[in-house]
Amino acid sequence: MIPLSHYLVLGAVLFAIAVAGIFLNRKNLIVILMAIELMLLAVNMNFIAFSHFLGDPAGQVFVFFILTVAAAESAIGLAILVTLFRNLKSINVDDLGSLKG
Amino acid sequence: MGANLPIIAFYVSAGILILAALRVITARNPVHAALWLVLAFFTAADLWLLLHAEFLAVALVLVYVGAVMVLFLFVVMMLDINFDRLREGFWRYVPLAGGVGLLMALEMALVVGAREFGLQSAPPPGEPAPGYSNTKELGRLLYTDYVFPFELAAVVLLVAIVAAIALTLRRRKETRYQDPAAQLSATKAARLKIVKVEPDRGTPPAEGQAK
Repeated sequence: MIPLSHYLVLGAVLFAIAVAGIFLNRKNLIVILMAIELMLLAVNMNFIAFSHFLGDPAGQVFVFFILTVAAAESAIGLAILVTLFRNLKSINVDDLGSLKG
Repeated sequence: MGANLPIIAFYVSAGILILAALRVITARNPVHAALWLVLAFFTAADLWLLLHAEFLAVALVLVYVGAVMVLFLFVVMMLDINFDRLREGFWRYVPLAGGVGLLMALEMALVVGAREFGLQSAPPPGEPAPGYSNTKELGRLLYTDYVFPFELAAVVLLVAIVAAIALTLRRRKETRYQDPAAQLSATKAARLKIVKVEPDRGTPPAEGQAK
C-alpha cells in the first residue's frame, strides 16, 4: 500500500514547483496563472489523500468547491488578461505600472 | 505483481506529474506550457483514481483538460505576444526560485514525512465495500449537508460568467449594428417624403434619344 506521506510529499513538491514557477516567470502573466492552477492542484491532492485515509468524503466535497472557484478564477483572470492586452498590447507585468503603486 | 501494481502506478504517475510541472514553469513557449499542464492534470486524475476518488478524477479531466485548458490555449494563441521579452530575467532568478522551492519542499516533507504520516501512524483504509459508489456518496453529501455551499458555488459560477462577458465585450466602431428600437419606432412620415414635381415643359428630346 502507498502511505499517506507519499501523497503529502508529492503535494508539497508540486506546490514548491508552482512557487518557483511564479519566481521564474514573474513577467509572464499567463504562466503565473498556470502556476496558480498547479498550486490548487497540489492542495486538492492533499485534500483527496486525507479524505481517502480518514474515510471522510467531506474532503472530496471541498475539492469540488475548490475546482468550481478555480474555474471561475481562471475565467475572470483570462478575461482581464485579454482586456489588458487590448489596451496595452502587452502582458508584461512590468508594463502594468499605470497606477504607480 | 498484482499487489504491486498500484505502487508502480503511483510512482510512475508521480514522476510524470513532477516532470510535467517542471516543464510547465520552464517551457519557452506558453503553448507548450499549457500542453504540459494538460499532462499534469491528466496524471493527477490518474493519482486520484488510485485514491478511489473516481468522480473528482473524471471531473478534473472534463472541467480542467476539457474546458479550462482549452480556454488557456485559446487565449495564448489569440494574443500576439513577443515571448522572448517575457523571459528576461529568467536565469537571473533560477538560484532564488530553486532555493526557495527546494527549501519549501524540504520543510513540508519534514513535517508530513513518513514519521508522522507513514503506514504505522496513518494506516491505509481497506478496499471499499462492493457496491460502494463514490459518485453516489458525493451526491448524497452535496445535496444534503452541503446544499447551501453548493448553491453558493452556482452563484460564483454565474458571477464569473457575467464578469468574463462584461470584461471582454466591446462595441467595434467599424461594425454596423441593428437598433431594433429605432427600427420599430420608424413612422411613415420619417421615411417617406412626397415631392410635388413640376411637369417638365422644356425642349422635346432629340429624335435619336426618343426611343
